[in-house]
Amino acid sequence: MLEIKNLSFSAQGRKILDDINLTIPDGKLICLTGPNGGGKTTLAKMIAGVEKPDEGQILLDGLDLVPLDPTERARAGVGYAFQQPVRFKGITVRDMLNMAAGKTLTEEELASVLQEVGLEAGEYVDRGVGTHLSGGEIKRIEIATVLLRRSRLAVFDEPEAGIDLWSFNNLVRVFENIRDRRDNSLVIISHQERILSIADEIVMIQDGKVGLRGDRKSIFPRLLCKNDDCEKPCM
Amino acid sequence: MNNIDKNTADLLKQVADFDGISFKGAFNIRSNCMSLGRQSTENIKIDSKTDNPGLDIHIAPGTKGEDVFIPACVTKAGVDDLVYNDFYVGEGADVKIIAGCGIHTETGEPARHNGIHRFFLEKGARVLYVEKHVGTGSNQTKKVIDPQTEVFLGPDSYLEMDTSQLGGVSSSVRKTRGTVGERATLVIKERILTDDDETATTDFEVEMNGEDSGVNLISRSVARGNSYQAYRSNIIGNAKCTGHSECDAILSENGRVDASPELVANDRDAALIHEAAIGKIAGEQILKLRTLGLTEEEAEKAIIDGFLK
Repeated sequence: MLEIKNLSFSAQGRKILDDINLTIPDGKLICLTGPNGGGKTTLAKMIAGVEKPDEGQILLDGLDLVPLDPTERARAGVGYAFQQPVRFKGITVRDMLNMAAGKTLTEEELASVLQEVGLEAGEYVDRGVGTHLSGGEIKRIEIATVLLRRSRLAVFDEPEAGIDLWSFNNLVRVFENIRDRRDNSLVIISHQERILSIADEIVMIQDGKVGLRGDRKSIFPRLLCKNDDCEKPCM
Repeated sequence: MNNIDKNTADLLKQVADFDGISFKGAFNIRSNCMSLGRQSTENIKIDSKTDNPGLDIHIAPGTKGEDVFIPACVTKAGVDDLVYNDFYVGEGADVKIIAGCGIHTETGEPARHNGIHRFFLEKGARVLYVEKHVGTGSNQTKKVIDPQTEVFLGPDSYLEMDTSQLGGVSSSVRKTRGTVGERATLVIKERILTDDDETATTDFEVEMNGEDSGVNLISRSVARGNSYQAYRSNIIGNAKCTGHSECDAILSENGRVDASPELVANDRDAALIHEAAIGKIAGEQILKLRTLGLTEEEAEKAIIDGFLK
């Protein structure tokens, strides 16, 4: 279980996260949604250790992650897919996936994980994770690295960005399969209705705070509400 | 060959994948200014020069799929080895040449190897030239490797030079000159890693004289410790041609790199491009690999290994 307690973070005089409290139970798929600039990506970076909070705790099964660096957090069971994947010169898809898995993967294992994200292993496995891949392709490699980690908690930041419709549908099925196995937790930041619709719980992050939250049946109508008379947190 | 000592065998393994017994195909092993063994084949003749130390290597027209091994080693301090090797590659031949130099010294005077290689490729010949330089032993003794290469590419020929120097060489000055003929292509891939107080200078000058000739020069380097690298390239287009050079360098600790790329177009149909980037490893690259469970040191090593691969 992930417990976020009283988490706050400011940058350049602006409060980005303001006393966030959130619990993510084991085996659940939680979607974080909300307007751009609301603090979702910052919250994800806090969990992965890419950014450090000013205050608060992030507990994974009781272990406070805040003092841990990104390496220690990864080893403690946190996976994180960057919203904007990083490019490397000379490192191939094979190298990257081997590093993610912590071992040398067989051709079958490479093909399997690449198929999950909609890529043909023969075409991609020896290509560089640099300018040789399009934005959508490198995004799928990024997702594959996190799938391979088999983390207790995997955080995906806008996995749909830059992915074509066929691969997107495939990806939704991958997330559904992980959800249905119920052996680890998923946090997905998304604006996509298809992804939100498979969540066990949807949490709105707005103005650095947790707003509306609940299961998809109760939240969806509010998210899609166009009524100007509604108060926050309708989108 | 039982006249090869352990240090020489180790160096040969590093620079030319020597299996400890012999090479398959044509070869000449040079160690401390002497030949330890030589073998010609039906298609590849290796002969001693009569006017200078070194070899004339004649590869017969149409020779396909054969390898030539010409490694050199220095394992004694104070040796200053100078060798001239000329490669004559016949029309339509397609071969691989594995050269390279290793220096191993523990104490004493500086050791140096200066290999001057010339390549003459006839019409339609294709060559992959692989050259590794290494230095081993005490880093208190100076190991110097100064290769000079001249290439003359005939019509429709293709030469790919894959050169690497991945540590242990105190000082190197690499000078490459080339003349590229009609529809011929020269590809140079260079990888250099310097550390401690090592210095490395590379100096390329290639003239494209033939219509539809091409040059692609890719240099990747890492300067660590207090090391210093200087990179100079000059691609000259004297005809309708395409030239591309790419110089990327990673700086670590107090490493320094000085890059001076030049392009000269003497024909309006010469299309020349240069790309260059020098800087430290991007923080986000380290972070990404750390989120996969690598330590900062492991991440930096993986990035540098990949960059130089």
